[in-house]
Amino acid sequence: MSDALTPRSLSRRRFVQSSGALLFAAHCPVGLSGKAYAGGAGAMMNSFVRIDPNNVITMLANNSEFGNGAYTVMSMMLAEELDVDYRSIALEAAPTTPEYYSPLFREYLTAGSVTTGSTFIPMRTAGAKARAMLLEAASQDWQTPVAELTTEGGRVTHAGSGRTSTYGELLDVIHRLDIQPPEAVELKDPSEFKILGKPARRYEGAGKVDGSAEFGIDIKLPGMLYGAIARPPVHGGSVIDFDATEALAMPGVVKVKSIRAGVVVLAESYWRAQKARAKLKIEWDRGVNAGVSSEQFYADYRDLADTPGLLAEDIGDAIGALDAAEAAGNVVEATYEMPLLAHATLEPMNCIARVEGDTCTIWSGTQYQSNDQEVISRFLGIPQQNVTIHRPLMGGSFGRRSSKTADYTVEAVEAATGESVPVQIIWSREEDIRSGHYRPLFVHKLRGSVDESGMPEAWHQVAVGQSLMQGTKHDPGYMVRGMDIYSLDGCLQEPFGVFPYGTSYQIPNHRVESHNAPKKGIVPQEWRSVGHTHTGIAYECFLDELAHKGGIDPMELRLRLTKDHARMNRVLSVLKQKCDWDTPLAPGRGRGVASRIYNISPVAQAVEVTVAENGDFTVDRVVCVVDCGFAVNPLGIEGQVEGGLAYGLGGAAFGNIDIVNGEVQQSNFHDYPVMRLPQMPEVEVHILPSDEPPTGIGEQATTPIAPAVANALFNATGRRVRRFPLSSQGFNLV
Amino acid sequence: MKLKVNGDEVEVTSEADTPLLWVLRDELNLVGTKFGCGIAQCGACTVHLEGRAIRSCVMPVSAVASKDIRTIEGQATEKGLSPVQRAWLETDVAQCGYCQSGQIMAATALLAQNPNPSDSEIDAAMAGNICRCGTYPRIRKAVHLAAALMAEEQGR
Repeated sequence: MSDALTPRSLSRRRFVQSSGALLFAAHCPVGLSGKAYAGGAGAMMNSFVRIDPNNVITMLANNSEFGNGAYTVMSMMLAEELDVDYRSIALEAAPTTPEYYSPLFREYLTAGSVTTGSTFIPMRTAGAKARAMLLEAASQDWQTPVAELTTEGGRVTHAGSGRTSTYGELLDVIHRLDIQPPEAVELKDPSEFKILGKPARRYEGAGKVDGSAEFGIDIKLPGMLYGAIARPPVHGGSVIDFDATEALAMPGVVKVKSIRAGVVVLAESYWRAQKARAKLKIEWDRGVNAGVSSEQFYADYRDLADTPGLLAEDIGDAIGALDAAEAAGNVVEATYEMPLLAHATLEPMNCIARVEGDTCTIWSGTQYQSNDQEVISRFLGIPQQNVTIHRPLMGGSFGRRSSKTADYTVEAVEAATGESVPVQIIWSREEDIRSGHYRPLFVHKLRGSVDESGMPEAWHQVAVGQSLMQGTKHDPGYMVRGMDIYSLDGCLQEPFGVFPYGTSYQIPNHRVESHNAPKKGIVPQEWRSVGHTHTGIAYECFLDELAHKGGIDPMELRLRLTKDHARMNRVLSVLKQKCDWDTPLAPGRGRGVASRIYNISPVAQAVEVTVAENGDFTVDRVVCVVDCGFAVNPLGIEGQVEGGLAYGLGGAAFGNIDIVNGEVQQSNFHDYPVMRLPQMPEVEVHILPSDEPPTGIGEQATTPIAPAVANALFNATGRRVRRFPLSSQGFNLV
Repeated sequence: MKLKVNGDEVEVTSEADTPLLWVLRDELNLVGTKFGCGIAQCGACTVHLEGRAIRSCVMPVSAVASKDIRTIEGQATEKGLSPVQRAWLETDVAQCGYCQSGQIMAATALLAQNPNPSDSEIDAAMAGNICRCGTYPRIRKAVHLAAALMAEEQGR
């Protein structure tokens, strides 16, 4: 087909192919086929599976659990191929060695909503290979063909002879006959699945209703001291001098010392450490960020947006088309402004560190083990393999615990250095809000036009904000011609860098530019759904503005713009039906829609709002349609969608970190409000059936909700919100 | 100072102004009760004092001596999990799970006073308990289910 070679269709084909290869190549981490059986009490069948003689099957999990459901889906995958109940599998955090690095990231990192997709083949392969060894052992020992053997509930059975053995009992046979892992193994066909694709309750759910689930903050080690840190009022500030006389006189206080993060009080209990911290007298050097303010960020970024940025994409002739449309009055211009946001995980940051000679052990809830290890080894000047990481459950993360600076981890190591006991640093909520890392503040300037039929004809977008990746070790992989791919998440029609996904819309003239704002004032960090948290608002709200300008229904507009993107088009078509889009609403009510692609999964949401005259509004109904490929655990997916959109809605409705003279003005949940039960809308989740490989769902629902609600508020009131949060513009979610 | 926690009398030595939360966690090793904000804004530290839900992070231990304190660890009995805990499991409420001790304690106190709450009564009673994972739809469902389970138990 000749048209298959045009740049546009070529890039679309590349999108599908390379993204598939990226996530689902059946290459498995090293060790899966190469590792021989090691005899002993428990036998490693391969990197991920250990079986004990008493028939306990243990999974070594190399993805972290912070509410994402990683342990559930991974145990389901293993259990499916091993023919056991997923809840019967014991679980250990896999050690921080390259053998367990993510095949996708090449690091020990749980992020980007890729756990399900990136473990779907490796975990099942691990289970299938272990099962094959057990079958081979029984077959040789019992002198029966493998084909006559069945597995169920952790046993191999030969129906003909009635012989049966537990997997654990077969370990001796494996050892005696020197059964080796097979080179290749056939995985179950989806039609044979008994576990995958069926709703499954959370693997570690029981401990989360009786209080026994162990989070990092709950761990107590013999002799452990608790540390509370007084941090500089301005990010990047430092201690000039301090007087700890009063603090040291308080009961239970053991030591006060200066570390890079501030002044740390070590005490026998956290409460005593906290209380003594309040008595410290500290002279601070406010440092280079003393003059920084959010309002200045906005002003500077607006100025930058008026200047040419780095060119990410220039399809057709957007500038020419816009200039031509100007005369006809077919142009719309708008600037969207999104504030700094804190993650506010409910379990505050914490870490226990023990430093002994040239070894270090930490107990830390973390998404990013290999980086923690790297940063600590650099700090202590010890080999990376001398840093051992124990991983408890995490009380939320949303990106915060994937810190590239390993801030809350390495400071615990620093506090524990020179101490003969382990030290646990716990952050207060105030530290979390004032001294954390933030979703960077962004300004998007947009100019667009519609053609005679009312359809978008040209799009010119300039994004301005601090880059997440620039100057970090990720710079080579995630910066493209000087641009951070996350600053433009989902804004581009063509592939861009290593993550070749973008928007599902096709607008004929499409120009997108990017400015990396100067790095100052804060440490920017990924916040659930990363760049989409701001690009989603800018893109989807401005698209709504163009729909209004062209007199085209916003749902109809999206259906037309996605006619070449079958998956998104199907999602939108189903959404239109399910949300009763064409049913009129009463005055004071409004409807809005938005759709995004994040790591390959298309997702679209329609919302209904009711707005009172004073601007108070409720979100009455959210309908969300997702296509995340084969739905490994529909119950988990539904939960991620509900929770993901709650996170995005709270952020858009009232999330705002405001910096004045370098200092964060908010401090706790009374002035950094988050979603509460009464504000939570009714949510309907529709998961489209699919035989495609599974793709992400943890962050996908976070993005469309904010623009969908803003668009619904416009639909109800005729008023556009272009500066977030909504509460700053008189719209209060109640 | 003597405390009565989950039916047991225990001796504690923390200073009088220490919040009950830290006595439970650090002295009695009852770490199911969580620290979230320290100013009674998030509900992660919710326990029962004489049957009512309170925020233990702002309750000085001296104020609760000899009163009946119940924590998440005391919810299950020899008969097994409480109806609220069973409803939570059945509904698969928890995600990260950090807030759920507090949610369960708040829901249990609500149901003790109001055996069949409406959605808006649930919203009002549990607005003080933050869940950052956004498990709110399932919390509503689970409270209704717990109410049904309790009614069933009493009918027996």
